[in-house]
Amino acid sequence: METFLGIDYPTLWYLVVGLLFSGYAILEGFDYGAGAWHLFFKQDESRRIAIHAIGPLWDANQVWLIIGGGALFAGFPVMYATMLSTMYIPFMLFLILLVLRSASIKFRSAEKMLWWRKTWDIVYSASNVLIAFLLGVVLGNVLQGFEIGANYSYKGGIFFAFLSPYALMVGFTTLSIFMTQGAIFLLLKTEGKLHTRLTFLLKKGMLFFIVSFSITTLYTLIFIPGVTDNFKENPLFFIIPILSFLAVANVPRLVSKKKYFQALVFSSLTMAFLLMLVAFQLYPTLLISTIDPAYSITIYNAASSQKSLGIMLTIVLIGAPLLAAYFLFLYKTFNGKVELDDTSY
Amino acid sequence: MDVEILARIQFAFTIAFHYIYPPLSIGIGLIMVIMEGLYLKTGKKEYELLTKFWLKIFAIIFGIGVATGIIMEFEFGTNWAVYSRYVGDIFGSALAAEGLFAFGLESTFLGILIFGWNRVSPKVHFISTIGVFLGSMFSAVWIVVANSWQQTPAGYHIVGEGFFARAEVTDFWAMVFNPSSVDRIIHVWQGAFLAGAFMVLSVHAYYIRKGKFVEISKIAFKIALVVATVVSFTQLISGHSSAAGVAVNQPAKLAAMEGHYDISAPADLYLFGWVDNEKQEVTGLGLPGGLSFLVHQDFKEPITGLNAFPEEDRPGQVNAVFQFYHIMVSIGMFLIAISFYACFLWWRGKLFETKWLMWIFSFSVLLPQIANQAGWFAAEMGRQPWIVYGHLRTSEGFSQAVSANQILFSLILFLVVYSLLFVLFLYSLNKKIKHGPYDEKPQNQLKTS
Repeated sequence: METFLGIDYPTLWYLVVGLLFSGYAILEGFDYGAGAWHLFFKQDESRRIAIHAIGPLWDANQVWLIIGGGALFAGFPVMYATMLSTMYIPFMLFLILLVLRSASIKFRSAEKMLWWRKTWDIVYSASNVLIAFLLGVVLGNVLQGFEIGANYSYKGGIFFAFLSPYALMVGFTTLSIFMTQGAIFLLLKTEGKLHTRLTFLLKKGMLFFIVSFSITTLYTLIFIPGVTDNFKENPLFFIIPILSFLAVANVPRLVSKKKYFQALVFSSLTMAFLLMLVAFQLYPTLLISTIDPAYSITIYNAASSQKSLGIMLTIVLIGAPLLAAYFLFLYKTFNGKVELDDTSY
Repeated sequence: MDVEILARIQFAFTIAFHYIYPPLSIGIGLIMVIMEGLYLKTGKKEYELLTKFWLKIFAIIFGIGVATGIIMEFEFGTNWAVYSRYVGDIFGSALAAEGLFAFGLESTFLGILIFGWNRVSPKVHFISTIGVFLGSMFSAVWIVVANSWQQTPAGYHIVGEGFFARAEVTDFWAMVFNPSSVDRIIHVWQGAFLAGAFMVLSVHAYYIRKGKFVEISKIAFKIALVVATVVSFTQLISGHSSAAGVAVNQPAKLAAMEGHYDISAPADLYLFGWVDNEKQEVTGLGLPGGLSFLVHQDFKEPITGLNAFPEEDRPGQVNAVFQFYHIMVSIGMFLIAISFYACFLWWRGKLFETKWLMWIFSFSVLLPQIANQAGWFAAEMGRQPWIVYGHLRTSEGFSQAVSANQILFSLILFLVVYSLLFVLFLYSLNKKIKHGPYDEKPQNQLKTS
């Protein structure tokens, strides 16, 4: 098997996919999080500011989902095909919610009628909450495994089977971390009354996060078998959970000092560390078969050919710096507090 | 209904709906690049107003295009799992390149394009417009490459047996430049330019007819007419080249397009007609030996007919392929005719006084849309029964884990949400067009938008 810097290609691609999904969680995390708070802002102008805060950025942030999905398809087609067809209904709901969310951003401020704006506000907020929650549910199911048999066939339930208590808990945790991220982001983009309101909301958000995070962590350690196996074999990697706990603890500290930019960095790091934790715990498995480990889908039996992975790693090496440059330019252009003008939502 | 047919209906519905928007984005993108370029060069206020007006319409179209496009990316996995495993090694790298090189470019610069007027210099704004336009062009490249590989596979080998068989890439560039991709990319680009150009022509012909925004509309109409004339004519060339490729690479598809059954006989070229698949006859008006002439420049040269292929290896819906193909070609010819006639009247100085022509132009937006859809239906139905030509059948490609009821559920969801989206799209488009490129009565200007 071909390697680069001593790491085999499927593992490298696993890191690429992990990096893309971390980017997606961090960036769309504040978009979805800001949207989840939407109904907590009472005045129409506050709501417009909150939407416009993500206005020029969310389309770009969504690129991370599109590239992440493409990377999964390209590098681990077996994983992509099996996961999406197994969790058919949850993914269809996720996709439809994404469409509704886009529509509500585009059309919400297009009319002045109160009923129009109120209806879209509800659609917008609900779709953001549900998208965040569903992403967590998917993650929870991936951690627990599926009834995958021979030929990647799935024979389990089509919807309620995916709503186990554990999956629901991971769903709440994801929602809470996104809401924390979203509130911190909005604090950076707003001033005045809305800013004051957000400092109050952020405290609730962090409390929500710490409670659901603690329950999920305990639940994982007690009920998910083999969760610490990879760590026992490589004690050095215990640094990841330690770092994630430190990052979690650092967020409220920075918030209380009103250092919101650093707080955003640390809540982003929290997400990155937690995803690393998940990635390390699963490695090299992608989808666990609860019927027989022999049916599990791993990065080796799911991967594209060495040749194809080599081509795609080259594409990433060329494309990633370009994408980074575009993002730097975009974020630099829209740095600072939101000011509404005639092009705003 | 069974899983296969439901999965096909859902895919056809979601992709056809999606395909209303990206061609418009590409086409209007081109017109905006020209308008903003002229603004930077001349500094004239009219060009600035036109750029900003079309940008507002572009923003809605682009937004719906992205939202419905994400669905497509994941629908391969949800509904076509076996197919996804089969082609992932090849298809995936094209999709990854699309995301990184094309979609990354267009989506990041989109924010600057729409919201950046007061934050960046006019030059940087113009560069952003070009960035979004080029990004959407590259997107088309990678998507058409992936689809063309399904039509004419190249640069691969098949590894594994039975259920675990899959295509693996052996030569990346041979895969990218497979026999049909270049012709089809150009054909799709030009179809997109026509969609955009005729939308601009439609809206401004409407203003001219109504006597609103007349002077500024004449400027926009002329820009779009130049694009429409050049592209509608060159589209004929790329269409011919594309069909010549189909004759070599997918003879069963070509035979279905003209309803040609005889194993080896000269084939006719129909202006219009109706195919009876049972009797293997076409009733219609055609040029005897015309298809032979187009492919071989000889009316007597034989063309491989549908009967040369076993029943299970050739398209089942011959009449549908025939009709879609002929709708596309007829519209293409009509677009050439009205564009050239409009140019002739422009030269004679009578273009904008010719009421009936302005009336035709104000509805012409629909024509490239119908032609683009019909062209894709002909291409995809003509590919049947294969999902990967000659290797994997459509009936083998769908997800085994998904039941008919699950697809019915998602199909109904799509029908409801997309209908709503379409109504909203038409409503806000209509509102932007009614408002026009500038406020006619500035004293009534509203602050909030």
